Amino acid sequence: MGMTMVEKILAAHAGKDKVRPGELVNAKLDLVLGNDVTTPVAVKEFKKIGIENVFDKERIAIVPDHFVPNKDINSAEQVKMIREFAEEKEIKNFFELGEMGIEHCLLPEKGLVVPGDIVIGADSHTCTYGALGALATGIGSTDMAAGMATGEAWFKVPETIKFVYKGELQKWVSGKDLILYTIGDIGVDGALYKAMEFTGPVIENLSMDNRFTMSNMAIEAGGKCGLIEADEITLEYVKGRAQREWTVYKSDEDAEYSQVIEYDVTNIEPQVAFPHLPENTRGISEVGDIKIDQSVIGSCTNGRIEDLRVAAEILKGKKKAKHVRLIIFPGTQEIYKQAMKEGLIEIFIDAGAAVSTPTCGPCLGGHMGILAKGERSIATTNRNFVGRMGHPESEVYLSNPAVAAASAIAGKIVSPEEVL
Amino acid sequence: MEIKGKVWKYGNDVDTDVIIPARYLNTSDPKKLAEHCMEDIDDTFAANVEQGDIIVAEDNFGCGSSREHAPISIKAAGVSAVIANSFARIFFRNAINIGLPILECPEAVVGIDKGDEVEIDVDSGVIKNITKGTEFQAEPFPAFMQEIIDAGGLVNYVKAKAN
Repeated sequence: MGMTMVEKILAAHAGKDKVRPGELVNAKLDLVLGNDVTTPVAVKEFKKIGIENVFDKERIAIVPDHFVPNKDINSAEQVKMIREFAEEKEIKNFFELGEMGIEHCLLPEKGLVVPGDIVIGADSHTCTYGALGALATGIGSTDMAAGMATGEAWFKVPETIKFVYKGELQKWVSGKDLILYTIGDIGVDGALYKAMEFTGPVIENLSMDNRFTMSNMAIEAGGKCGLIEADEITLEYVKGRAQREWTVYKSDEDAEYSQVIEYDVTNIEPQVAFPHLPENTRGISEVGDIKIDQSVIGSCTNGRIEDLRVAAEILKGKKKAKHVRLIIFPGTQEIYKQAMKEGLIEIFIDAGAAVSTPTCGPCLGGHMGILAKGERSIATTNRNFVGRMGHPESEVYLSNPAVAAASAIAGKIVSPEEVL
Repeated sequence: MEIKGKVWKYGNDVDTDVIIPARYLNTSDPKKLAEHCMEDIDDTFAANVEQGDIIVAEDNFGCGSSREHAPISIKAAGVSAVIANSFARIFFRNAINIGLPILECPEAVVGIDKGDEVEIDVDSGVIKNITKGTEFQAEPFPAFMQEIIDAGGLVNYVKAKAN
Protein backbone atom coordinates (compact mmCIF):
# COMPACT_ATOMS: atom_id res chain seq x y z
CA MET A 1 0.00 0.00 0.00
CA GLY A 2 1.38 3.40 -1.01
CA MET A 3 1.25 6.71 0.80
CA THR A 4 -0.50 10.04 0.19
CA MET A 5 1.47 13.31 -0.08
CA VAL A 6 0.68 14.24 3.50
CA GLU A 7 1.83 10.86 4.78
CA LYS A 8 5.09 11.16 2.82
CA ILE A 9 5.81 14.68 4.07
CA LEU A 10 5.11 13.69 7.67
CA ALA A 11 7.20 10.51 7.38
CA ALA A 12 10.16 12.43 5.95
CA HIS A 13 10.02 15.06 8.71
CA ALA A 14 9.59 12.45 11.45
CA GLY A 15 12.55 10.37 10.23
CA LYS A 16 10.35 7.40 9.34
CA ASP A 17 9.97 5.29 6.20
CA LYS A 18 6.24 5.03 6.54
CA VAL A 19 3.40 6.50 8.57
CA ARG A 20 -0.28 5.57 8.72
CA PRO A 21 -3.39 7.64 9.43
CA GLY A 22 -4.09 7.84 13.15
CA GLU A 23 -0.41 7.53 14.11
CA LEU A 24 1.00 10.31 16.32
CA VAL A 25 4.39 11.59 15.19
CA ASN A 26 6.84 14.26 16.24
CA ALA A 27 7.97 16.15 13.14
CA LYS A 28 10.63 18.73 12.35
CA LEU A 29 9.33 22.12 11.25
CA ASP A 30 10.57 24.14 8.29
CA LEU A 31 8.85 27.36 9.32
CA VAL A 32 6.87 28.72 12.28
CA LEU A 33 4.54 31.68 11.66
CA GLY A 34 2.61 34.13 13.79
CA ASN A 35 0.77 37.45 13.43
CA ASP A 36 0.01 40.46 15.63
CA VAL A 37 -3.00 38.78 17.29
CA THR A 38 -1.50 35.37 18.01
CA THR A 39 2.21 36.14 18.56
CA PRO A 40 1.76 38.19 21.77
CA VAL A 41 0.25 35.12 23.48
CA ALA A 42 3.00 32.94 21.98
CA VAL A 43 5.71 35.25 23.33
CA LYS A 44 4.26 35.01 26.85
CA GLU A 45 4.18 31.20 26.59
CA PHE A 46 7.68 31.09 25.07
CA LYS A 47 9.05 32.96 28.07
CA LYS A 48 7.44 30.41 30.42
CA ILE A 49 9.27 27.55 28.70
CA GLY A 50 12.55 29.08 29.80
CA ILE A 51 14.59 28.36 26.66
CA GLU A 52 16.74 31.37 25.81
CA ASN A 53 16.90 31.25 22.01
CA VAL A 54 14.53 30.32 19.22
CA PHE A 55 15.40 27.10 17.37
CA ASP A 56 16.37 28.91 14.16
CA LYS A 57 16.37 32.67 13.58
CA GLU A 58 15.69 32.21 9.87
CA ARG A 59 12.77 29.80 10.23
CA ILE A 60 10.37 31.97 12.16
CA ALA A 61 8.17 34.52 10.42
CA ILE A 62 6.26 37.19 12.32
CA VAL A 63 3.86 39.30 10.27
CA PRO A 64 1.81 42.03 11.93
CA ASP A 65 -1.13 42.18 9.52
CA HIS A 66 -4.43 41.89 11.38
CA PHE A 67 -4.79 45.30 13.05
CA VAL A 68 -2.09 47.22 11.14
CA PRO A 69 -1.55 50.04 10.52
CA ASN A 70 -2.14 49.89 14.29
CA LYS A 71 -5.81 50.67 14.79
CA ASP A 72 -5.65 51.69 18.46
CA ILE A 73 -3.32 51.91 21.44
CA ASN A 74 -3.82 48.29 22.50
CA SER A 75 -2.97 47.06 19.00
CA ALA A 76 0.11 49.27 18.92
CA GLU A 77 1.22 47.80 22.25
CA GLN A 78 0.79 44.27 20.91
CA VAL A 79 2.89 44.98 17.81
CA LYS A 80 5.50 46.77 19.93
CA MET A 81 5.82 43.72 22.15
CA ILE A 82 6.37 41.31 19.27
CA ARG A 83 8.72 43.72 17.46
CA GLU A 84 10.88 43.84 20.62
CA PHE A 85 10.78 40.04 20.86
CA ALA A 86 11.86 39.73 17.21
CA GLU A 87 14.72 42.18 17.80
CA GLU A 88 15.84 40.47 20.98
CA LYS A 89 15.78 36.99 19.43
CA GLU A 90 17.23 38.30 16.13
CA ILE A 91 14.34 36.85 14.15
CA LYS A 92 15.16 37.56 10.53
CA ASN A 93 11.67 37.47 9.07
CA PHE A 94 9.80 40.13 11.00
CA PHE A 95 7.85 42.14 8.45
CA GLU A 96 7.25 45.73 9.44
CA LEU A 97 4.41 47.80 8.06
CA GLY A 98 5.42 49.03 4.64
CA GLU A 99 7.49 45.93 3.91
CA MET A 100 4.72 43.56 4.67
CA GLY A 101 1.58 42.08 3.33
CA ILE A 102 -1.17 39.75 4.44
CA GLU A 103 0.84 36.85 5.81
CA HIS A 104 -0.48 34.15 3.45
CA CYS A 105 0.09 36.29 0.37
CA LEU A 106 3.50 37.39 1.65
CA LEU A 107 5.27 34.20 2.70
CA PRO A 108 4.98 32.36 -0.65
CA GLU A 109 5.91 35.59 -2.49
CA LYS A 110 9.09 35.88 -0.40
CA GLY A 111 9.99 32.24 -1.06
CA LEU A 112 9.79 31.41 2.65
CA VAL A 113 7.60 28.36 2.00
CA VAL A 114 8.62 25.75 -0.58
CA PRO A 115 7.19 22.43 -1.78
CA GLY A 116 7.58 19.58 0.70
CA ASP A 117 7.77 21.84 3.77
CA ILE A 118 6.00 21.42 7.06
CA VAL A 119 4.80 24.82 8.24
CA ILE A 120 2.79 25.61 11.36
CA GLY A 121 1.24 29.02 11.68
CA ALA A 122 -0.71 30.65 14.48
CA ASP A 123 -3.35 31.61 11.97
CA SER A 124 -5.99 29.22 10.69
CA HIS A 125 -5.43 30.12 7.02
CA THR A 126 -1.85 28.84 7.14
CA CYS A 127 -3.30 25.97 5.08
CA THR A 128 -2.91 28.33 2.07
CA TYR A 129 0.61 26.95 1.41
CA GLY A 130 -0.87 23.56 0.60
CA ALA A 131 -1.08 25.04 -2.90
CA LEU A 132 2.72 24.74 -3.06
CA GLY A 133 2.63 21.05 -2.10
CA ALA A 134 3.60 21.85 1.48
CA LEU A 135 1.94 20.51 4.63
CA ALA A 136 0.90 23.78 6.20
CA THR A 137 -1.59 23.97 9.02
CA GLY A 138 -3.00 26.38 11.55
CA ILE A 139 -2.21 25.98 15.22
CA GLY A 140 -2.59 28.20 18.28
CA SER A 141 -0.19 30.42 20.15
CA THR A 142 1.06 27.77 22.58
CA ASP A 143 1.98 25.47 19.70
CA MET A 144 3.73 28.43 18.08
CA ALA A 145 5.70 28.99 21.30
CA ALA A 146 6.71 25.34 21.54
CA GLY A 147 7.55 25.34 17.81
CA MET A 148 9.77 28.41 18.18
CA ALA A 149 11.55 26.78 21.12
CA THR A 150 12.04 23.27 19.76
CA GLY A 151 11.58 23.39 15.98
CA GLU A 152 9.23 20.45 16.31
CA ALA A 153 5.53 19.75 16.72
CA TRP A 154 3.35 16.70 17.25
CA PHE A 155 0.92 15.68 14.54
CA LYS A 156 -1.73 13.05 14.21
CA VAL A 157 -1.31 11.64 10.70
CA PRO A 158 -4.59 12.58 9.02
CA GLU A 159 -6.69 10.52 6.66
CA THR A 160 -6.89 12.14 3.22
CA ILE A 161 -9.95 12.95 1.12
CA LYS A 162 -9.14 13.18 -2.58
CA PHE A 163 -11.11 15.69 -4.65
CA VAL A 164 -11.02 15.26 -8.43
CA TYR A 165 -12.15 18.20 -10.57
CA LYS A 166 -13.03 17.41 -14.21
CA GLY A 167 -14.76 19.23 -17.06
CA GLU A 168 -14.59 22.80 -18.39
CA LEU A 169 -14.52 25.89 -16.18
CA GLN A 170 -17.14 28.41 -17.27
CA LYS A 171 -16.41 32.15 -17.68
CA TRP A 172 -16.08 33.96 -14.30
CA VAL A 173 -15.73 30.67 -12.44
CA SER A 174 -12.51 30.57 -10.40
CA GLY A 175 -10.70 28.66 -7.71
CA LYS A 176 -12.90 30.50 -5.19
CA ASP A 177 -16.03 29.02 -6.74
CA LEU A 178 -14.57 25.51 -6.77
CA ILE A 179 -13.70 25.66 -3.09
CA LEU A 180 -17.02 27.28 -2.10
CA TYR A 181 -18.86 24.62 -4.11
CA THR A 182 -16.83 21.91 -2.37
CA ILE A 183 -17.53 23.32 1.10
CA GLY A 184 -21.20 23.64 0.15
CA ASP A 185 -21.16 19.97 -0.76
CA ILE A 186 -19.29 18.45 2.20
CA GLY A 187 -20.11 21.05 4.88
CA VAL A 188 -18.03 23.09 7.31
CA ASP A 189 -16.93 19.94 9.12
CA GLY A 190 -16.86 17.71 6.04
CA ALA A 191 -13.09 17.32 6.23
CA LEU A 192 -12.73 17.59 10.01
CA TYR A 193 -9.30 16.35 11.21
CA LYS A 194 -8.53 15.31 7.60
CA ALA A 195 -6.23 16.35 4.79
CA MET A 196 -7.84 17.49 1.54
CA GLU A 197 -6.04 16.78 -1.72
CA PHE A 198 -7.17 18.78 -4.77
CA THR A 199 -6.50 16.94 -8.04
CA GLY A 200 -7.71 16.40 -11.61
CA PRO A 201 -7.32 18.12 -14.97
CA VAL A 202 -9.00 21.35 -13.84
CA ILE A 203 -6.50 21.77 -11.00
CA GLU A 204 -3.58 20.89 -13.28
CA ASN A 205 -4.52 23.88 -15.46
CA LEU A 206 -5.32 26.24 -12.61
CA SER A 207 -3.02 29.22 -11.98
CA MET A 208 -1.02 29.53 -8.77
CA ASP A 209 -3.18 32.41 -7.50
CA ASN A 210 -6.34 30.34 -7.93
CA ARG A 211 -4.68 27.37 -6.26
CA PHE A 212 -3.76 29.51 -3.24
CA THR A 213 -7.41 30.52 -2.96
CA MET A 214 -8.55 26.90 -2.91
CA SER A 215 -6.02 25.70 -0.34
CA ASN A 216 -6.70 28.82 1.76
CA MET A 217 -10.26 27.71 2.48
CA ALA A 218 -9.53 24.04 3.37
CA ILE A 219 -9.99 25.11 7.00
CA GLU A 220 -13.56 26.23 6.19
CA ALA A 221 -14.35 22.55 5.62
CA GLY A 222 -12.60 21.70 8.89
CA GLY A 223 -9.55 20.38 7.02
CA LYS A 224 -6.11 20.13 8.56
CA CYS A 225 -4.58 21.09 5.22
CA GLY A 226 -5.47 21.34 1.53
CA LEU A 227 -2.72 20.07 -0.71
CA ILE A 228 -2.06 20.36 -4.42
CA GLU A 229 0.78 18.36 -5.92
CA ALA A 230 3.66 20.60 -7.03
CA ASP A 231 3.94 20.62 -10.84
CA GLU A 232 5.45 22.87 -13.52
CA ILE A 233 3.13 25.75 -12.63
CA THR A 234 4.23 25.50 -8.98
CA LEU A 235 7.92 25.29 -9.80
CA GLU A 236 7.71 28.23 -12.16
CA TYR A 237 6.31 30.25 -9.24
CA VAL A 238 8.86 28.93 -6.76
CA LYS A 239 11.99 29.37 -8.91
CA GLY A 240 13.69 32.68 -8.30
CA ARG A 241 11.85 33.10 -4.97
CA ALA A 242 12.74 30.00 -2.97
CA GLN A 243 15.10 30.67 -0.11
CA ARG A 244 15.68 26.94 0.44
CA GLU A 245 15.86 23.67 -1.50
CA TRP A 246 12.51 22.03 -2.11
CA THR A 247 11.23 18.49 -2.44
CA VAL A 248 8.27 17.46 -4.57
CA TYR A 249 6.13 14.73 -2.99
CA LYS A 250 3.49 12.96 -5.06
CA SER A 251 0.79 10.65 -3.77
CA ASP A 252 1.32 7.03 -4.80
CA GLU A 253 -1.10 5.47 -7.29
CA ASP A 254 -2.10 2.94 -4.65
CA ALA A 255 -2.30 5.44 -1.78
CA GLU A 256 -5.28 4.92 0.49
CA TYR A 257 -7.92 7.66 0.73
CA SER A 258 -10.76 7.83 3.22
CA GLN A 259 -12.95 9.11 0.39
CA VAL A 260 -12.65 10.11 -3.28
CA ILE A 261 -15.06 12.82 -4.47
CA GLU A 262 -15.38 13.78 -8.14
CA TYR A 263 -16.90 16.97 -9.50
CA ASP A 264 -17.76 17.90 -13.07
CA VAL A 265 -17.07 21.64 -12.98
CA THR A 266 -18.85 22.28 -16.28
CA ASN A 267 -22.13 22.94 -14.48
CA ILE A 268 -20.67 24.99 -11.63
CA GLU A 269 -21.56 28.69 -11.81
CA PRO A 270 -20.08 31.48 -9.64
CA GLN A 271 -20.93 30.66 -6.03
CA VAL A 272 -22.18 32.87 -3.20
CA ALA A 273 -22.04 31.69 0.44
CA PHE A 274 -24.94 33.12 2.43
CA PRO A 275 -24.74 34.06 6.12
CA HIS A 276 -23.64 32.67 8.50
CA LEU A 277 -21.56 29.72 7.31
CA PRO A 278 -19.33 29.17 4.27
CA GLU A 279 -21.32 26.00 3.50
CA ASN A 280 -24.50 27.97 2.73
CA THR A 281 -23.62 28.21 -0.95
CA ARG A 282 -25.86 28.94 -3.92
CA GLY A 283 -25.15 29.42 -7.60
CA ILE A 284 -25.29 33.07 -8.65
CA SER A 285 -28.51 32.43 -10.61
CA GLU A 286 -30.26 31.37 -7.38
CA VAL A 287 -29.22 34.31 -5.23
CA GLY A 288 -32.34 36.45 -5.62
CA ASP A 289 -32.54 40.11 -4.71
CA ILE A 290 -29.86 40.87 -2.09
CA LYS A 291 -29.06 44.55 -1.73
CA ILE A 292 -25.59 45.35 -0.37
CA ASP A 293 -24.01 48.24 1.53
CA GLN A 294 -20.38 47.24 1.03
CA SER A 295 -18.12 45.19 -1.24
CA VAL A 296 -14.72 44.03 -0.02
CA ILE A 297 -12.17 42.73 -2.51
CA GLY A 298 -8.90 41.36 -1.12
CA SER A 299 -7.71 39.24 1.86
CA CYS A 300 -5.48 36.17 2.09
CA THR A 301 -8.13 34.38 0.05
CA ASN A 302 -8.46 36.75 -2.92
CA GLY A 303 -5.94 39.59 -2.61
CA ARG A 304 -3.51 38.46 -5.31
CA ILE A 305 -2.74 40.10 -8.63
CA GLU A 306 -5.03 37.87 -10.71
CA ASP A 307 -7.90 38.66 -8.34
CA LEU A 308 -7.27 42.38 -8.82
CA ARG A 309 -7.07 41.95 -12.59
CA VAL A 310 -10.46 40.25 -12.67
CA ALA A 311 -11.99 42.98 -10.50
CA ALA A 312 -10.49 45.66 -12.76
CA GLU A 313 -11.84 43.94 -15.86
CA ILE A 314 -15.35 44.38 -14.45
CA LEU A 315 -14.87 47.83 -12.92
CA LYS A 316 -13.07 49.45 -15.85
CA GLY A 317 -14.93 52.59 -17.00
CA LYS A 318 -17.78 51.96 -14.54
CA LYS A 319 -18.89 53.39 -11.21
CA LYS A 320 -19.92 51.63 -8.06
CA ALA A 321 -23.52 52.19 -6.98
CA LYS A 322 -23.88 55.37 -4.97
CA HIS A 323 -24.93 53.67 -1.72
CA VAL A 324 -22.12 51.07 -1.80
CA ARG A 325 -18.70 51.34 -0.14
CA LEU A 326 -16.19 49.49 -2.30
CA ILE A 327 -12.97 48.64 -0.47
CA ILE A 328 -10.04 46.97 -2.22
CA PHE A 329 -7.03 45.50 -0.42
CA PRO A 330 -4.01 44.29 -2.40
CA GLY A 331 -2.43 41.37 -0.51
CA THR A 332 1.15 42.65 -0.39
CA GLN A 333 3.21 45.71 -1.25
CA GLU A 334 4.53 43.85 -4.34
CA ILE A 335 0.99 43.09 -5.50
CA TYR A 336 0.03 46.72 -4.85
CA LYS A 337 2.97 47.94 -6.96
CA GLN A 338 2.20 45.51 -9.75
CA ALA A 339 -1.44 46.64 -9.75
CA MET A 340 -0.23 50.24 -10.04
CA LYS A 341 2.03 49.40 -12.97
CA GLU A 342 -0.85 47.71 -14.75
CA GLY A 343 -3.14 50.69 -14.15
CA LEU A 344 -5.53 48.68 -11.98
CA ILE A 345 -5.42 51.08 -9.04
CA GLU A 346 -6.49 53.95 -11.28
CA ILE A 347 -9.42 51.87 -12.55
CA PHE A 348 -10.44 51.13 -8.95
CA ILE A 349 -10.24 54.75 -7.81
CA ASP A 350 -12.11 55.95 -10.89
CA ALA A 351 -14.82 53.41 -10.08
CA GLY A 352 -15.18 54.96 -6.62
CA ALA A 353 -13.22 52.38 -4.63
CA ALA A 354 -11.16 53.01 -1.52
CA VAL A 355 -7.83 51.24 -2.02
CA SER A 356 -6.00 50.27 1.16
CA THR A 357 -2.52 49.31 2.21
CA PRO A 358 -2.36 45.53 2.80
CA THR A 359 -4.12 44.49 6.03
CA CYS A 360 -6.54 41.80 7.19
CA GLY A 361 -8.73 44.76 8.19
CA PRO A 362 -12.44 44.17 7.65
CA CYS A 363 -12.16 40.43 6.87
CA LEU A 364 -12.16 39.65 10.59
CA GLY A 365 -14.03 42.75 11.66
CA GLY A 366 -10.79 44.35 12.79
CA HIS A 367 -10.95 47.80 11.22
CA MET A 368 -11.03 49.57 7.83
CA GLY A 369 -14.56 48.67 6.84
CA ILE A 370 -16.71 47.55 9.77
CA LEU A 371 -20.43 46.96 9.23
CA ALA A 372 -23.20 48.64 11.23
CA LYS A 373 -26.27 46.83 12.56
CA GLY A 374 -28.34 45.46 9.69
CA GLU A 375 -25.73 46.16 7.01
CA ARG A 376 -24.67 43.67 4.37
CA SER A 377 -21.36 43.14 2.60
CA ILE A 378 -20.34 40.96 -0.29
CA ALA A 379 -16.73 39.96 0.25
CA THR A 380 -14.02 37.90 -1.39
CA THR A 381 -12.91 36.88 2.11
CA ASN A 382 -13.25 33.47 3.72
CA ARG A 383 -15.72 33.61 6.62
CA ASN A 384 -19.26 34.86 7.02
CA PHE A 385 -19.81 33.93 10.66
CA VAL A 386 -22.11 35.98 12.90
CA GLY A 387 -20.44 39.35 13.54
CA ARG A 388 -17.42 38.51 11.39
CA MET A 389 -17.21 41.95 9.75
CA GLY A 390 -18.74 44.03 12.49
CA HIS A 391 -22.09 44.19 14.26
CA PRO A 392 -23.52 40.79 15.29
CA GLU A 393 -26.62 41.67 13.25
CA SER A 394 -24.67 42.48 10.06
CA GLU A 395 -24.29 39.99 7.20
CA VAL A 396 -21.42 38.80 4.99
CA TYR A 397 -21.87 37.03 1.65
CA LEU A 398 -18.77 35.32 0.21
CA SER A 399 -17.95 35.32 -3.49
CA ASN A 400 -15.17 35.56 -6.06
CA PRO A 401 -13.70 38.96 -7.07
CA ALA A 402 -15.75 39.18 -10.30
CA VAL A 403 -19.06 38.83 -8.46
CA ALA A 404 -17.94 41.23 -5.70
CA ALA A 405 -16.94 43.85 -8.31
CA ALA A 406 -20.15 43.41 -10.33
CA SER A 407 -22.25 43.62 -7.16
CA ALA A 408 -20.55 46.89 -6.17
CA ILE A 409 -21.70 48.36 -9.50
CA ALA A 410 -25.24 46.97 -9.32
CA GLY A 411 -25.69 47.71 -5.60
CA LYS A 412 -26.95 44.16 -5.13
CA ILE A 413 -25.49 40.70 -5.61
CA VAL A 414 -25.36 39.97 -9.34
CA SER A 415 -23.50 37.93 -11.90
CA PRO A 416 -20.70 39.75 -13.78
CA GLU A 417 -22.75 39.21 -16.95
CA GLU A 418 -25.35 41.65 -15.68
CA VAL A 419 -23.03 44.64 -15.61
CA LEU A 420 -21.00 44.03 -18.77
CA MET B 1 -9.57 15.57 38.36
CA GLU B 2 -13.24 15.92 39.28
CA ILE B 3 -15.41 18.73 37.96
CA LYS B 4 -18.93 19.75 38.87
CA GLY B 5 -21.04 22.53 37.43
CA LYS B 6 -24.14 23.84 35.76
CA VAL B 7 -24.53 23.45 32.01
CA TRP B 8 -24.69 26.06 29.25
CA LYS B 9 -25.89 24.41 26.05
CA TYR B 10 -25.30 25.39 22.41
CA GLY B 11 -25.77 23.90 18.93
CA ASN B 12 -23.60 23.07 15.91
CA ASP B 13 -20.59 25.01 14.56
CA VAL B 14 -20.04 27.40 17.46
CA ASP B 15 -17.21 29.38 15.86
CA THR B 16 -14.32 31.21 17.48
CA ASP B 17 -15.68 34.56 16.25
CA VAL B 18 -18.77 34.19 18.44
CA ILE B 19 -16.73 32.75 21.33
CA ILE B 20 -14.49 35.85 21.33
CA PRO B 21 -15.20 38.45 18.62
CA ALA B 22 -12.17 39.95 16.85
CA ARG B 23 -13.04 43.42 18.14
CA TYR B 24 -11.67 42.28 21.51
CA LEU B 25 -8.48 40.68 20.19
CA ASN B 26 -6.37 43.77 20.74
CA THR B 27 -5.57 42.34 24.16
CA SER B 28 -4.33 38.97 25.36
CA ASP B 29 -5.33 39.54 29.00
CA PRO B 30 -7.44 36.48 29.98
CA LYS B 31 -9.65 38.49 32.37
CA LYS B 32 -10.55 41.07 29.73
CA LEU B 33 -11.21 38.34 27.18
CA ALA B 34 -13.46 36.53 29.68
CA GLU B 35 -15.67 39.62 29.96
CA HIS B 36 -16.70 39.11 26.32
CA CYS B 37 -16.73 35.32 26.19
CA MET B 38 -19.59 33.94 23.99
CA GLU B 39 -20.86 37.51 23.53
CA ASP B 40 -22.07 37.15 19.94
CA ILE B 41 -23.93 33.89 20.50
CA ASP B 42 -25.23 34.48 24.05
CA ASP B 43 -24.94 37.91 25.60
CA THR B 44 -26.17 36.58 28.97
CA PHE B 45 -23.22 34.20 29.33
CA ALA B 46 -20.32 36.34 30.56
CA ALA B 47 -22.37 38.08 33.25
CA ASN B 48 -23.97 34.90 34.60
CA VAL B 49 -21.41 32.11 34.18
CA GLU B 50 -20.19 30.71 37.48
CA GLN B 51 -16.90 29.10 38.43
CA GLY B 52 -17.03 25.43 37.46
CA ASP B 53 -19.82 25.70 34.88
CA ILE B 54 -19.70 23.39 31.87
CA ILE B 55 -20.36 24.13 28.18
CA VAL B 56 -22.13 21.41 26.18
CA ALA B 57 -22.43 21.78 22.39
CA GLU B 58 -23.12 19.72 19.30
CA ASP B 59 -20.82 19.28 16.25
CA ASN B 60 -17.62 21.13 15.32
CA PHE B 61 -17.26 23.31 18.44
CA GLY B 62 -14.63 26.06 18.04
CA CYS B 63 -14.48 26.10 14.26
CA GLY B 64 -12.82 28.97 12.41
CA SER B 65 -9.89 31.00 13.61
CA SER B 66 -6.78 29.70 15.37
CA ARG B 67 -7.16 32.32 18.10
CA GLU B 68 -6.14 30.69 21.37
CA HIS B 69 -8.03 33.60 22.90
CA ALA B 70 -11.16 31.45 22.44
CA PRO B 71 -10.28 28.63 24.86
CA ILE B 72 -8.40 31.17 27.04
CA SER B 73 -11.57 33.28 27.41
CA ILE B 74 -13.67 30.19 28.19
CA LYS B 75 -11.20 29.02 30.84
CA ALA B 76 -10.80 32.49 32.33
CA ALA B 77 -14.60 32.88 32.49
CA GLY B 78 -14.58 29.98 34.95
CA VAL B 79 -15.74 27.17 32.68
CA SER B 80 -14.31 23.88 33.90
CA ALA B 81 -14.86 21.74 30.79
CA VAL B 82 -16.45 21.62 27.34
CA ILE B 83 -18.34 18.55 26.13
CA ALA B 84 -19.25 18.29 22.43
CA ASN B 85 -20.00 15.79 19.69
CA SER B 86 -16.82 16.97 17.99
CA PHE B 87 -14.32 19.83 18.16
CA ALA B 88 -12.71 21.75 15.33
CA ARG B 89 -9.10 20.66 14.99
CA ILE B 90 -7.26 23.81 16.09
CA PHE B 91 -9.59 24.43 19.03
CA PHE B 92 -9.06 20.82 20.13
CA ARG B 93 -5.27 21.29 20.08
CA ASN B 94 -5.41 24.68 21.77
CA ALA B 95 -7.64 23.43 24.57
CA ILE B 96 -5.29 20.53 25.34
CA ASN B 97 -2.27 22.83 25.12
CA ILE B 98 -3.65 25.33 27.64
CA GLY B 99 -5.16 22.73 29.96
CA LEU B 100 -8.89 23.29 29.31
CA PRO B 101 -10.55 19.86 29.68
CA ILE B 102 -12.57 18.86 26.59
CA LEU B 103 -14.55 15.67 26.03
CA GLU B 104 -16.11 14.18 22.91
CA CYS B 105 -19.29 12.34 23.86
CA PRO B 106 -22.37 12.50 21.56
CA GLU B 107 -24.51 10.47 24.03
CA ALA B 108 -23.87 13.01 26.78
CA VAL B 109 -24.72 15.89 24.44
CA VAL B 110 -28.13 14.31 23.77
CA GLY B 111 -28.66 13.47 27.43
CA ILE B 112 -27.80 16.86 28.96
CA ASP B 113 -29.97 20.01 28.87
CA LYS B 114 -29.25 23.63 29.69
CA GLY B 115 -29.10 24.17 33.44
CA ASP B 116 -28.50 20.50 34.34
CA GLU B 117 -25.93 19.82 37.02
CA VAL B 118 -23.14 17.65 35.68
CA GLU B 119 -20.13 15.96 37.25
CA ILE B 120 -17.10 14.86 35.22
CA ASP B 121 -14.19 12.64 36.15
CA VAL B 122 -11.72 13.97 33.59
CA ASP B 123 -9.22 11.12 34.03
CA SER B 124 -11.71 8.32 33.39
CA GLY B 125 -13.98 10.30 31.03
CA VAL B 126 -17.09 9.45 33.06
CA ILE B 127 -19.78 12.14 32.79
CA LYS B 128 -22.66 12.08 35.31
CA ASN B 129 -25.84 14.08 34.84
CA ILE B 130 -26.79 14.59 38.48
CA THR B 131 -30.08 16.33 37.62
CA LYS B 132 -31.29 13.41 35.50
CA GLY B 133 -29.41 10.59 37.23
CA THR B 134 -27.73 9.35 34.06
CA GLU B 135 -24.13 8.49 33.21
CA PHE B 136 -22.02 8.58 30.03
CA GLN B 137 -18.52 7.53 28.97
CA ALA B 138 -16.44 9.93 26.83
CA GLU B 139 -13.74 8.83 24.37
CA PRO B 140 -10.41 8.46 26.16
CA PHE B 141 -7.46 10.52 24.88
CA PRO B 142 -4.46 8.81 23.26
CA ALA B 143 -1.69 8.26 25.83
CA PHE B 144 0.54 10.97 24.35
CA MET B 145 -2.17 13.65 24.64
CA GLN B 146 -2.96 12.45 28.17
CA GLU B 147 0.70 13.16 29.02
CA ILE B 148 0.31 16.79 27.91
CA ILE B 149 -2.93 17.07 29.88
CA ASP B 150 -1.30 15.54 32.97
CA ALA B 151 1.61 17.98 32.69
CA GLY B 152 -0.93 20.82 32.80
CA GLY B 153 -0.48 21.83 29.17
CA LEU B 154 2.12 21.95 26.41
CA VAL B 155 4.42 24.56 27.95
CA ASN B 156 4.96 22.49 31.09
CA TYR B 157 5.36 19.38 28.97
CA VAL B 158 8.06 20.98 26.77
CA LYS B 159 9.72 22.49 29.85
CA ALA B 160 9.91 19.10 31.55
CA LYS B 161 11.39 17.52 28.43
CA ALA B 162 13.97 20.31 28.00
CA ASN B 163 15.29 20.03 31.56
